Amino acid sequence: MSVRKTELAIVGAGPAGICAALEAASHGVKTTVIDRGEELGGQLIKQTHKFFGWHKKSAGTRGILIAKKLSEDVRNSENITVLNSTEALGYYDDGTLLVETPQGIDRVIGDRMIVATGASERMILFPGNDLPGVYGAGAVQTLMNAHGVRPGQSVLMIGSGNIGLIVSYQLLQAGVRVEAVVEAMPTIGGYAVHASKIRRLGVPILTRHTIKEAYGKDQVEGAIIWELDDSWNGIPGTEKDLKVDVICLAVGLSPLAELLWQCGAEMAYIPELGGFVPLYDENMETTRKGVFVAGDVAGIEEASTAMAAGRLAGLSAARSLGKVPDDEYAKLKAEILAELEGLRSGPASAKIRSGLAKMREMLQAVQAKELAGGEPRPQGVRGERDCAGSNSEEAVGA
Amino acid sequence: MARTDDDIIVCRCEDVSLGEIRRAIAEGATTLDEIRRITRAGMGPCQGRTCRLLIASELARKTGKQVGEILPSTFRPPMKPVTMGSLAELGEEEDR
Repeated sequence: MSVRKTELAIVGAGPAGICAALEAASHGVKTTVIDRGEELGGQLIKQTHKFFGWHKKSAGTRGILIAKKLSEDVRNSENITVLNSTEALGYYDDGTLLVETPQGIDRVIGDRMIVATGASERMILFPGNDLPGVYGAGAVQTLMNAHGVRPGQSVLMIGSGNIGLIVSYQLLQAGVRVEAVVEAMPTIGGYAVHASKIRRLGVPILTRHTIKEAYGKDQVEGAIIWELDDSWNGIPGTEKDLKVDVICLAVGLSPLAELLWQCGAEMAYIPELGGFVPLYDENMETTRKGVFVAGDVAGIEEASTAMAAGRLAGLSAARSLGKVPDDEYAKLKAEILAELEGLRSGPASAKIRSGLAKMREMLQAVQAKELAGGEPRPQGVRGERDCAGSNSEEAVGA
Repeated sequence: MARTDDDIIVCRCEDVSLGEIRRAIAEGATTLDEIRRITRAGMGPCQGRTCRLLIASELARKTGKQVGEILPSTFRPPMKPVTMGSLAELGEEEDR
């Protein structure tokens, strides 16, 4: 048990967190990366497919290989300390991060912090959703691609976003039957190229369909699906019974923003970005000075944007520590912003663009209020300060 | 196996059903915090990561609010269960 002082603490070593660490470290910032996984890379370590993307370094490369390369770069950096198998337990107002390492509880105190905690999988409600055999798509990927274990013989996939489509393909590759992909919306959510791939292999993608219930005695033995009307209600008489032993949910992600709420960063509900997200400026800094964000926690996107945003957050944190000369900073920032704009320029990113525009507007409103010098803006939405702040010693049970 | 919607498990950590959530709302709960305190939904190992949004949307439906108006409960550290022993060690260190 110890107090670890560092110039920059980064929570999360997925694509965003690693790229933030590498960028900051390249400017001489002493960086500590905290990740709950044993290996670095976050979700990348199970992405066996090749990435699209704009970036010359990663387009066309498999996610697992990107993770491998990035982890090597991290290990080779003398400025980066890695705390793996370590989870953040909370943030206190004096800048202390409480973390649980395999050896016990530690405190990490960073002059700056980057929150790159990613997202968690959403769940939906249906009778039988607690039966063994109902999995999140992330869990299925972990089982198959990280541990080499098939989740079952036959799968119903819920959700036709890119995750649902890609995991369906990976299931087929692993020799698992995919009975159908159901999608509540009238159109397929993910890229046509992913959808075509599984359709060619005979998997039907049923739009305007959802699961009615799962059944089985001790585990999933089948699923009833049905068609939805315009008000999202199931249409009686359209039920189909699918004999599956796995139901895989790929129904979206939700930012894991607990630390940001604790920090008192201003949060806003922006559905296009996946729910409650922090307001952050062009430097990826939140309204809590010195706290930066990158990756899915700031809005659900893809690994390629997370990597670019991570580099920007790392660069900005380095600059705020006085480690980057102005001209170099301006040049690097412009490069990354151009890359982000390129990555978000396609029709598939329309939702993200609209969400980010909303977020900027809200941020400007908050900043204008502050400039007008009205009553001081409370940190955070409600009393986070009271519980995570001044009485922190009590809270940790000294 | 669940027979009706009310039997669906919403919070798997604390084994709280949709029926129990609906009852809490019918009895006047209007926030996630109230539902959490009454039913324990969201107080288990995952601290609501799975059920928070499900309860928020049920609350929105029943109270006519937007999902975005329903704020999460305060996130108090520690954000996941830890042993009393490990916290006590932290205190011992401070006493030295």
